[in-house]
Amino acid sequence: MSTETRKLDRVVIRFAGDSGDGMQLTGDRFTSEAAAFGNDLATQPNFPAEIRAPQGTLPGVSSFQLHFADYDILTPGDRPDVLVAMNPAALKANVVDLPDGGILIVNTDEFTKRNLTKVGYDSNPLEDDSLEKFQVHKVAMATMTIGALEETGLGKKDAERAKNMFALGLLSWMYHRPTEGTERFLREKFSKKPDIAEANVLAFRAGYYYGETTEAFAVTYEVAPAKLNVGTYRQITGNTATAYGIVAAAQRSKLPVVLGTYPITPASDILHELSKHKNFDITTVQAEDEIAGIGIALGASYGGALGVTSTSGPGIALKSETIGLAVMTELPLLVIDVQRGGPSTGLPTKTEQADLLQAMFGRNGESPVPIVAPQSPSDCFDAVLDACRIALKYRTPVLFLSDGAVANGSEPWLIPDVDSLPDLGVEFATDPENFQPYSRDPETLARPWAVPGTPGLQHRIGGLEKQDITGNISYDPENHDRMVRLRQAKIDGIEVPDVEVDDPSGEAKVLVVGWGSSYGPIGAAARRVRKLGLPVAHAHLRHLNPFPKNLGEVLRRYDKVIVPEMNLGQLALLLRAKYLVDAMSYTKVQGLPFKAEELQDVLADVIKGVSA
Amino acid sequence: MTAIDLGIPGLTGVPTTDEKQTARDYKSDQEVRWCPGCGDYIVLNTMQSFLPSLGLKRENIVFVSGIGCSSRFPYYMNTYGMHSIHGRAPAIATGLAVSRPDLSVWVVTGDGDALSIGGNHLIHTLRRNVNLKILLFNNRIYGLTKGQYSPTSEEGKVTKSTPVGSLDHPFNPVSLALGAEASFVGRALDSDKAGLTSVLRQAAEHRGSALVEIYQNCPIFNDGAFDVLKDADEAQRRIINVVDGEPIRFGREGEYCVTREGFGLAVAKSADVDASDIVIHDASDLNLSFALSRLSTQDLSHTVTGVFRRADRPTYDDSARAQVNEAKASKAADLGKLLHGKDTWTVVG
Repeated sequence: MSTETRKLDRVVIRFAGDSGDGMQLTGDRFTSEAAAFGNDLATQPNFPAEIRAPQGTLPGVSSFQLHFADYDILTPGDRPDVLVAMNPAALKANVVDLPDGGILIVNTDEFTKRNLTKVGYDSNPLEDDSLEKFQVHKVAMATMTIGALEETGLGKKDAERAKNMFALGLLSWMYHRPTEGTERFLREKFSKKPDIAEANVLAFRAGYYYGETTEAFAVTYEVAPAKLNVGTYRQITGNTATAYGIVAAAQRSKLPVVLGTYPITPASDILHELSKHKNFDITTVQAEDEIAGIGIALGASYGGALGVTSTSGPGIALKSETIGLAVMTELPLLVIDVQRGGPSTGLPTKTEQADLLQAMFGRNGESPVPIVAPQSPSDCFDAVLDACRIALKYRTPVLFLSDGAVANGSEPWLIPDVDSLPDLGVEFATDPENFQPYSRDPETLARPWAVPGTPGLQHRIGGLEKQDITGNISYDPENHDRMVRLRQAKIDGIEVPDVEVDDPSGEAKVLVVGWGSSYGPIGAAARRVRKLGLPVAHAHLRHLNPFPKNLGEVLRRYDKVIVPEMNLGQLALLLRAKYLVDAMSYTKVQGLPFKAEELQDVLADVIKGVSA
Repeated sequence: MTAIDLGIPGLTGVPTTDEKQTARDYKSDQEVRWCPGCGDYIVLNTMQSFLPSLGLKRENIVFVSGIGCSSRFPYYMNTYGMHSIHGRAPAIATGLAVSRPDLSVWVVTGDGDALSIGGNHLIHTLRRNVNLKILLFNNRIYGLTKGQYSPTSEEGKVTKSTPVGSLDHPFNPVSLALGAEASFVGRALDSDKAGLTSVLRQAAEHRGSALVEIYQNCPIFNDGAFDVLKDADEAQRRIINVVDGEPIRFGREGEYCVTREGFGLAVAKSADVDASDIVIHDASDLNLSFALSRLSTQDLSHTVTGVFRRADRPTYDDSARAQVNEAKASKAADLGKLLHGKDTWTVVG
């Protein structure tokens, strides 16, 4: 029997298994294959907060979703077209997302009575009719992997661990993926354990050949390469792009970077990445706590370095007082908040956008800080560079609001030409003639950056209110009022680009406004409703403080403004307060990104309501 | 010319000057505003008199403080300075020291600032051995907040916040620092200019974290806390000043001494013991340093002063710089190469 090949424009695959099953690696490899083939893609891992939750249980399920297509896509996909379930827990936790008719590939070896009972299956779903609305492929992946590795002499347990590569091989066959990259990767990854490397390659091939030789799969699928802009691409996650943006900022400002930080999910990978790049004059200090992390960063900035601290929401709460000190001492500082579900410890591995108001207002006193938010994994690079530009030019702490979805998600990135990156060069104060620590640049209102070691500029700074110009301690009421307003005016005057509105037809009466990682789902939803003949305009904010100068005018141009957020309406609150527009909120706080499908319905309803 | 020529490890890399400096050069134009009679004045004067002897360029000296009365110190020094936030000075100073090997960085803190709100930063800074000199002004009370007990106040202390007596057991800051792996720990009295100068000098010369506890009188909220050590007769019986390599004797004529007892140390009359039983101070012996710290009691019946411990081990900031320099030497900073990574693909038009 020959297999039929069907052409598709896009596919969403989800690999799901136990957190020890190597699902992230499997997904990552399939992503690389898709990238190498030239598809556009977006990915979203989803893993438990527990490092190794009890095996085979629902809390231990780890998954990786990948969306690849022959056109430019914006999200990792709402629902999988194909679900690979390595055990009953993975099936139970994920099958609800599989649409009717979806392809389900199951590793039957794990469907033992014990494992089924563990997750509350009374009967084996592979044997009853509960999965009949799907195209189910039952594959004894572990058994076949062990069989394929029999001659290697590898123990059964070690052999069985390669079953994720069997699954990858099978999927690679189904989707006509190139395989050389994966084999090369496995040999490199396990270069110190050649027998394990070989076992993984054999398992990968076994999965591929199984697809080819068995008659169980009547159809394979092809997704043609996407037409992307000309250039060289790589795949990148948000946290890596953030780290690279910081390296680029160091290079373009010719400053050393000192990262003072404390490990926290989902921000730790920024520390891991930067600690590898000391050759770019980057020092990373893993501090004793969040407060020391930012203290070290601020101390380094005081000494003339670019101080950076990275954390998540709970860490921002601890760093607040030092951010205030940076506001008062008017020193450059980059504060990265990779947002996660809150409050308190909340949902460490899940995403949320609920730290906007904390970033905006979460300090004592009038303590304004600029806020920059990336809209996608690769956008973290440009956005963090811009955050550094603001910090250095205006001598201020800057809050960079990433989130779990962009931090761990990945997508192709058109690698920029290094020479095209902005020049972030700074000038330190050196002239003792008439030096005043709190004099200001007339344009930026920044004070001089006068670092210790500069002859004749000895001065004292600190958290107490400063006298305008001299920087001496001052309790004068008029002076305090003036300084509060000056600090605010400095932030308000930061140059940020105008917000662009995406409204292809030019006929939209409804504007959807988003910020940060909801760019993908909002953009995809907007495309979908436009296809239904419903015009909609989309504006996405990178700069949350100050807002772009044209934002008020943009908001007033539309009959209706809707603001989807993964919080209870924080941006909507700011827009309503600042611009007196009747911005409508659409909110969801499930720890997961919006689905394009749900936003499509929301937008369609609003647009129809306006037209009616 | 740099201090490396002077052979002072603690100041290696900090530029020196041949210009003659005086205490006056270190006084800033700010009016000193501690309460009349505050011990902080004496410490400030001692510091301003001492610093010229190091011969450093003034602009390469930085004082970083936290919050509290003593933390106003940087304002009065004509050097660089930051009056930061409560308890965080060691962290901020760490960032400065890591990024700037050409600075002599001093931290000024108090018993509340360093041992209560900032306790975590203190112990970790000492453990890392960052090249910082930490002056801990211990007046055993909260002054700036107007008289609550501190982590070094005696049990049962009656204050505004503890009208029927505090319940807290106090820290022994020297024991704490030694337990935190400090490579240098000393103690001095605010009123003993010579003794304080000697400890400050040794601290400055030491490469690594140096904790100097300074017993300091608060005339408003805890007046006379250290008076027994300032009375000439009492001081003879109570103060045990230790000098590295010398037998530990004290008293007007050396009539008292320190001997070993069990796992610790005890005070004896020199006449009652064989001279060979008198302990010889060895600042590199951690067990001895710790035992000495335990001779100092909260009630001041005995107080050890001088340098308890002085040990050489790599500093965090030097090591961090070494890692960066090694990486720079072995790998070019090629941003384009970094951004490309290992796996790229090219889309052609």
